[in-house]
Amino acid sequence: MRKKRASGPRSPLCLFNFLVLLGLVCAPAAGAQTQTPSVYAITHAKIFTLAGSPIEDGTLVIRDGKIRAVGTAVEVPGGAQVIDAKGLQVYPGLFDAVTQMGLSEISAVNSTVDTTETGNYNPDVVAATAIAPSSEHIPVTRASGITEVLAVPASGGFDSGGGRGTLGGQASAIHLAGWTIDEMLIKKSAAMVLKWPQIQTQTFDFATFSRKEKPYTEAKQEYDKQVNELNDWLDRARHYAQAMEKGSVSKYDRDLKLEALAPVVRGELPVLVFANRARDIRNAVAFCDKQKLKMILAGGEEAYKVKDLLRSKEVPVVLRPMLSLPPEEDDPYDRELTQPAELAAAGVKIAIASFDNSFARRLGQNTANAVAHGLSYEEALRAVTMNPAQIFGLGSQLGTLEQGKIANVIVTNGDPLELTTEVKYLFIKGQLTSLENKHHRLYEKYSNRPKPSAAN
Amino acid sequence: MRLRGIPQKKRSHILFLYFLSLLYLLSFSFSADAATPPDAPPVILIQDATVMTVSHGTIEHGSILIKDGKIAEVGQSIKAPAGAQVIDGSGQFVIPGIIDCHSHIAAEAINEGSVSVSSMVNMEEVLDPQDIDIYRDLAGGVTAANILHGSANSIGGQTVVIKLRWGQPASKLPFEGAMPGIKFALGENPKRSNFSIPGQPRRYPATRMGVEQTIRAAFSEARDYKKTWDDYNKRVAAGEKSLIPPRRDLKLEPLVEVLEGKRYVHSHCYREDEILMLLRVAKEFGFKVRTFQHVLEGYKIADELAAAGVGASTFSDWWAYKVEAYDAIPYNAALMTRRGVIVSINSDDAEEATHLNQEAAKSMKYGGLSHDEALKLVTLNPAMQLGIDKRVGTIDVGKDADLTIYNHDPLSAYAVVQKTLIDGRVYFDREKDVAHRAEIEKEKKALADKLKKAEQKPEEKKPEERPKPPAPAPTPTAQGEAGQGGAQ
Repeated sequence: MRKKRASGPRSPLCLFNFLVLLGLVCAPAAGAQTQTPSVYAITHAKIFTLAGSPIEDGTLVIRDGKIRAVGTAVEVPGGAQVIDAKGLQVYPGLFDAVTQMGLSEISAVNSTVDTTETGNYNPDVVAATAIAPSSEHIPVTRASGITEVLAVPASGGFDSGGGRGTLGGQASAIHLAGWTIDEMLIKKSAAMVLKWPQIQTQTFDFATFSRKEKPYTEAKQEYDKQVNELNDWLDRARHYAQAMEKGSVSKYDRDLKLEALAPVVRGELPVLVFANRARDIRNAVAFCDKQKLKMILAGGEEAYKVKDLLRSKEVPVVLRPMLSLPPEEDDPYDRELTQPAELAAAGVKIAIASFDNSFARRLGQNTANAVAHGLSYEEALRAVTMNPAQIFGLGSQLGTLEQGKIANVIVTNGDPLELTTEVKYLFIKGQLTSLENKHHRLYEKYSNRPKPSAAN
Repeated sequence: MRLRGIPQKKRSHILFLYFLSLLYLLSFSFSADAATPPDAPPVILIQDATVMTVSHGTIEHGSILIKDGKIAEVGQSIKAPAGAQVIDGSGQFVIPGIIDCHSHIAAEAINEGSVSVSSMVNMEEVLDPQDIDIYRDLAGGVTAANILHGSANSIGGQTVVIKLRWGQPASKLPFEGAMPGIKFALGENPKRSNFSIPGQPRRYPATRMGVEQTIRAAFSEARDYKKTWDDYNKRVAAGEKSLIPPRRDLKLEPLVEVLEGKRYVHSHCYREDEILMLLRVAKEFGFKVRTFQHVLEGYKIADELAAAGVGASTFSDWWAYKVEAYDAIPYNAALMTRRGVIVSINSDDAEEATHLNQEAAKSMKYGGLSHDEALKLVTLNPAMQLGIDKRVGTIDVGKDADLTIYNHDPLSAYAVVQKTLIDGRVYFDREKDVAHRAEIEKEKKALADKLKKAEQKPEEKKPEERPKPPAPAPTPTAQGEAGQGGAQ
């Protein structure tokens, strides 16, 4: 059942609250997405297309979900809903390339978490299957200017599987609006998750709640075994794919897991490899090279140590938040903060992601911190818009404000990476979309709580 | 494990002293180390900076004169006295050093989680002056922090306020004269909702009802204990002789201090109901709660918090990591502020502490606090909550010269700390830090090469002799001994 669109401020608020809410909730007419495939014209705005220099006093026209025109000499079509954005700025919506959006609601409560399947080889599971469109995280994240994300299985959280290597499943690219997953989907299968195995000499055993030590040789053997298993999976998938092409699969039992890996071994579906330490990254690159896989590195805490390798192999990196402590005590204190600049300067393509749900709204903050530590502002904006779109094969649809692209657009009162900037309007698939969320609602409710009587 | 009495203890003390002296000797052979405390120049002048005093507005192109670790003068233009070390602040922004009201850095241990009342343990006894997070937080502009025990118990361990005097021994970390505290905890953590150990029975309490009774029972005991001592002291004062003093109870002593207003209660909490519960219990036993920590639902009962005169120390925008954090909103700090609560933004995390200025800035967006109000969330307000506002928290004459200097407005994600001063000493200097890196890299490489060489010649391989960081100077107090005997 579709609910009536949520209205803007309803109750008579005191002036202060009203003004605050007015700044945060978008125009009262924009509730949850409604079925009005309208024509919009955003006028008199400074438009950061990311496909060229910013346009002063520009107009952006949206029709049927797509960007139809952008520029200074653009005519406002008749019947268009006009948003006078004088003094405001227009950007592509932000793209958070690693989240558990819709897969995890309250990370400590297992029954609300669907991020990680049991077992180590689940190439057949698909994030889109388990994404809850009504998750409270979606509107909260949207309010920070993020319009699309990748929901990534086996990523982040306490249940991310420790150091064991896993084929975690398929990540799905979604819009952060839609009544059903079908309306949200951008690309059901955007990447195959591979958590690169680690040589772990120390493990934590939850059964006995104690740390266990292992000799290096033993840990290395386990690691080699996992890599061999992964090799074996991919070799079998390659044979299976060849059999599929020859039409001979019917001679064998259908294998859903190998079938899911077929686009990976054909190099069509990229592998999103989670690895942080330099050694792991090197090993993963060599592995993907040998298996002829299209690799995207995720995490990359020490990617700077192997930047030349990443550049020469053209491996893009989805960096975890820069607001992280460095891995080693004797690392420079700002090691994680300077890494984006270092990688970009070396010619590595970078995206920046939250790797989280509840901290997804810190995406801009993290990116700004990278700028404060040497990343160019233009490259920083690209790292949360165009670059992730291109990395996941969505560059022709998203990431810049160009004619023909999906109209995921934000209108802000300033730099979208800055802490105090407010998103004034947000479009997803060309529809003006509500910025209202659980946090606004609670704020409104308790701002209006009457003073308790003095008797208390 | 049981200690075999005094002889062994003595032995270990002797060993420890020997070890310390060895370290002392060794320290001379090392070159200038990052962990050497900076000099204390008698006079420093910060010139031509944007000075955000927090107490009396912002001074453009302002100056701060520091003498003997204190702020001697603040104004538009101050002439450099002869011999003064001048810091050119042009284009820079000075704020009072950031105070983190909830931190777990600089500690060897956090949670004595085996019992529901662990008031006998004390964070001051486990201070680790070599924890690298001290330096990292210093580089984030933090000058003082409230080092809290964990939240595994309804009544946790004793807490200590420190200054981040990197390079100084443990004995120099505590903030002189700051009121000691004690950690309480309500809700999911003390009832161990998310921490079951397979095969072990659940510890009491397992509900919020039980948490209340655990605290009430402890204070009932503490009240009786206090009475026993009061009676004894009265009789001694009246001249009675040969009385046997009551046996000391190291668990109850800090609770008596709470009852006497000599120790602050900092209580971890999330939900509105449990917060009101503790206020009722405090009223029943006649003590005050100094701060509620996290207090993510504080906005629901802001009037009650304001009426109780209790401080609230919260996160900027954390939410949904557990059920009791599901109603957390980033407007919490602003909403409570508007209702008259003294609010601070804390870190609870070594990394988060490195950008508390940014976390404070979010309250301008979420709830519309002014620039000054936002800045207070990490300076004056936590100082008030910790009772150290006469010494720190604003840039005023007579206060400690604990200052943080940024290259941009500190309430921006683009601001980077350039210098952090404590007691008028430059404990963090970004320029020096960056310049020092090549040297560290060189040293690291030399050590690695040496190790490689040693590995190539296995017959010469010797076990790595690595001096451990010096342990904190032992303070032979009653609480320290109780650490071993207090578990029930």
